[in-house]
Amino acid sequence: MISSRISKIASWAYLAVLYGFIFLPVAVLVLFSFQDGRLPVPPFNGATLKWYGEVFADSRLMSALGNSLMVAIGSSLVACVLGFCAAYGLARFVLPASRLQRGLLVAPMTVSYLIIALGLLSTFNWVGVSLSLWTVGIGHVVINLPLCFAIIYASMGDHQKNIERAARDLGAAEWQVMTQVSAPMLMPSILAAFFLSVTFSWDEFIIAFLLSRFDVTLPVEIWSMLRSGLNPKTNAVGSVVFLVSVALLLILELIVFRRTAKK
Amino acid sequence: MAQATLETRENRRAWGFVTPALLWTVAFFVIPFVVMAAISLATRKGRDIVMAWNLDNYITFFEKAHLLKGLFVSLEITFTVTIISVILAYPLAWIIAERVPQKWQRMALILAILPFWTSYVVRSYSWLLVLAKNGVINNALLHIGLIAEPLELASTRTATVIGFVHFFVMLLTLTIYANLVQMPPNYRRAAADLGANGFQVFWHVVLPLTLPGIMVGAFLTFVLCIGDYITPQILGGNNELALPQVIMLQLGRRADFPMAATLSIILMAVVTLAYIACARWLKMERT
Repeated sequence: MISSRISKIASWAYLAVLYGFIFLPVAVLVLFSFQDGRLPVPPFNGATLKWYGEVFADSRLMSALGNSLMVAIGSSLVACVLGFCAAYGLARFVLPASRLQRGLLVAPMTVSYLIIALGLLSTFNWVGVSLSLWTVGIGHVVINLPLCFAIIYASMGDHQKNIERAARDLGAAEWQVMTQVSAPMLMPSILAAFFLSVTFSWDEFIIAFLLSRFDVTLPVEIWSMLRSGLNPKTNAVGSVVFLVSVALLLILELIVFRRTAKK
Repeated sequence: MAQATLETRENRRAWGFVTPALLWTVAFFVIPFVVMAAISLATRKGRDIVMAWNLDNYITFFEKAHLLKGLFVSLEITFTVTIISVILAYPLAWIIAERVPQKWQRMALILAILPFWTSYVVRSYSWLLVLAKNGVINNALLHIGLIAEPLELASTRTATVIGFVHFFVMLLTLTIYANLVQMPPNYRRAAADLGANGFQVFWHVVLPLTLPGIMVGAFLTFVLCIGDYITPQILGGNNELALPQVIMLQLGRRADFPMAATLSIILMAVVTLAYIACARWLKMERT
């Protein structure tokens, strides 16, 4: 009886300590983004929104934010369309060496981003492609395509196959089946893949750093801010990025949650 | 005959769906990898790359202590991080799965991985705020009088490990929790009925059944940790360099692209070895 109570107390204590550890840096980050002073470290001098004002007045940060959104949405769209088509082809038709094809499509998932970035950098240098947001976007499709393919492929069950067959029997052309029957049925997982890709691309540093030149994405711009040391402005922009990511996550959660609720 | 033509037509259509993704993967993943492998066999002449088709760079890697050390530093950090993260995450996942009431579990899990979504760069920066000489921890310790002088926490390997562990505890909690809730409670009940005590149930039943979750998480930890540049660069500083930092150094100051390519191939070989070691737990299952 007593031992079970002790283990219960120990459990909750452990939970509290680990949650403390997990949330400590985020709490410090957000708290000192409101710091009324030049250093984002204790003591806390009082709250001000000044640093947020500076973030939104900083044209370089704002254009980096725009670039990040553009690259994230663009590359995720491409990754989703390519991933959906490949999943449709491989799940609905019998193709030779389909295991090999699946393996090839998910292979980039097991390779470090640094290596993918270096490979692309070597190739772009060799072919003579100059670096821009386009090359960053290409890199982000490479890392997100496996994810989109795997998520959508895993959700293509056999019960949907029969509905598609019915549509075909009723005279729908293949592209009509795909766009008007399969895609709507699979929309929750397509959207999940899309939003997950957006968060990954939005957050990605090393590919964006190595494959861009003049126009950069937000993580790269934040990286260059770090050279000036600890600064409440960096806290403020970090908090904004966190908020955007959490918002994306919430959208994702609502979509996935709605799907599981329907089942 | 009619069946055959139908099948070829079907097949051609199927290829139409799969080909764009395959082409993309070949053009921007396979070919770049081949190009990089070829460059690793080249030498640097000033700012130019001259194809030499020899293994000189690989030999240099094993001869130059500062290059080889990068690999060992990376391996040490990665193993330390993986082990500490598993030890910390397992009880957390277990408590969430067993002690937290059913309806709060989802919430508890989402909370446990929420800081996962802070930006990559920002997460390391946040730890700098905590660990810096004038940061939160030193301030707190000085305040309660536990130390007289601020500790050197930032720019150490400890800082790198803390930053990594923070990230991977969240990841591992997720994979281990997923395994724990899949396990039917009857297994444990059966073991207990047959006379096993709490520890024996855990050691002989629960742990083996959750091993796949641990291994998937540990493998992900290994791959992401050993290839990461940001965390050691921001938190570890320049005192001892991890392999990705050495690679970036070749790119930047030394402009030695062939050596950077060589180091990347070596990094990839290490990850492949780790994959082979974990392969039997990592089977991709289609449900």
